Amino acid sequence: MLALDAVDLTVEPGRFVVLVGPSGCGKTTLLRMIAGLDHPTSGSVQATRGDGRPPSNAVVFQGRSVFPWLHVRDNIGFGLKLKGIGRRERDQTIDRLIETVGLGGFDHAWPHQLSEGMRQRVAIARALAVDPDILLMDEPFGALDEQTRYLLQEELLGIWERTRKTVVFVTHSIDEALTLADEIVIMGARPGRILQRIPVPFERPRTMEAVRSDARFAALFNRVWDGLRDEVLASRQRPLGGAR
Amino acid sequence: MTSTVPTRTTSGAPAADRDLRRERQAWGSRRARRRIATVLLTIAGPLAILLVWEALSRSGAIDSRFWPAPTSLIPAAVELWREDDLLGDIRISLLRILGGFALGAIPAIAIGLAMGLSWPIRTLLMPVATAIYALPKIALLPLMIIAFGIGETSKLAIVALSIFFLVALNTMAGVLAIDQSYRDVARNFGASPLATFWAVALPGALPSIFTGLRLALGFALVVIVGTEFLSARQGGLGDLIWQSWQILAIRDMFVGLIIVGVLGWLLTLALDLVERVVIPWKPGSE
Repeated sequence: MLALDAVDLTVEPGRFVVLVGPSGCGKTTLLRMIAGLDHPTSGSVQATRGDGRPPSNAVVFQGRSVFPWLHVRDNIGFGLKLKGIGRRERDQTIDRLIETVGLGGFDHAWPHQLSEGMRQRVAIARALAVDPDILLMDEPFGALDEQTRYLLQEELLGIWERTRKTVVFVTHSIDEALTLADEIVIMGARPGRILQRIPVPFERPRTMEAVRSDARFAALFNRVWDGLRDEVLASRQRPLGGAR
Repeated sequence: MTSTVPTRTTSGAPAADRDLRRERQAWGSRRARRRIATVLLTIAGPLAILLVWEALSRSGAIDSRFWPAPTSLIPAAVELWREDDLLGDIRISLLRILGGFALGAIPAIAIGLAMGLSWPIRTLLMPVATAIYALPKIALLPLMIIAFGIGETSKLAIVALSIFFLVALNTMAGVLAIDQSYRDVARNFGASPLATFWAVALPGALPSIFTGLRLALGFALVVIVGTEFLSARQGGLGDLIWQSWQILAIRDMFVGLIIVGVLGWLLTLALDLVERVVIPWKPGSE
């Protein structure tokens, strides 16, 4: 059984691309392969920048990934320290990012003292700290309650405006995709492959309200759902317990 | 215990300030009351037992020759301190416990981390570890005496051996329980295996390591007292208890028993203190 088959994804620098697809379509696997965390059992993965070199990346994981044994500052500086960046430069970057993600005053808090939403801000800041070519986000808001999720989406829109990173973002949620994306990539399952790419035309800088009250929102939502429906149905009819 | 201090920064009105002050005071006194209650309850348990014991012994409900009243143990303890070098016995036992503890725990943590991180090492050592773990360590005393002689070395060795697998297995379990995503983060940032060890495996396993150490402390105490029972006239609290029993000096025996109990309690407190310093990030440790 192929998990992913001939997936070819081109992302323009500075674009926010969102992968949506049914559970088990391999979106997370694709993301992890781009990150170099998973390797295909057969075939190969190539991630290249325009100049042919591999892009640097940083992943924001779903759920627990902020180290409980480091306080907020050290969590954010984790990647920088590993790269051997000196203390002063590290402190400057951390100071800037703490402001960027809205965690001012929580410098020395332990993760267990923060809410789930605040911990995800730490994870985002930690990924941004190493200034990667691509920011890879694997359902980063999946474990949050709906309202916190909206807040973090707005927050992320703001952060993106300020940093203009190239982002590949994985989600189940169609409206999360429409809120955040420049382009939505619909993936199908068994084997995982790219079915459709849908540009999202909402102007930036965006707000969630503007996106949702935009006349094109409903039509786009339906278009994405149209592309997904058969895949979701097909994946639901398969017996449980299959490979992820 | 996490608690939040009520704060209000926006209001300047005197009434609101007063409210805030009152709120803070209430919060402060709740905390103080809780602390006092903790101390009182901590003392109340042992005290109640001693009181009942005292009453039963004095009233003759139990045979005071074998269950001497606690207050009658005080002169016995004083005499032991003055005449029989009680402090020396405490020191001997304490050094054996601490020495054996260090000797066993430090390599155990290293081996446990290795077992957690590498499946070949784990698979290789697991059968041996589980088999020896289940063995009553005191039964190995003869072997330790053959290997290290009847002196202090064999006593340190038996304590070290008795806690080694306990600490190693807990450490291993701690490493195995570390969420994969933490390792993924380290790998994503390009951490070398060595850097991953220091940044993820060791801190992540610390809570389990301390669980192992806490259990080990109890084991060390049991084993050293047992060993001292079996090594006549080589000092230590176990020796005191056993010798007193042999000559039916029941009061002295009780003094020894109580000191062993108190020692175990104090050592556990000390370990808790160390844990609080080493794992400041653990919920509930502030």
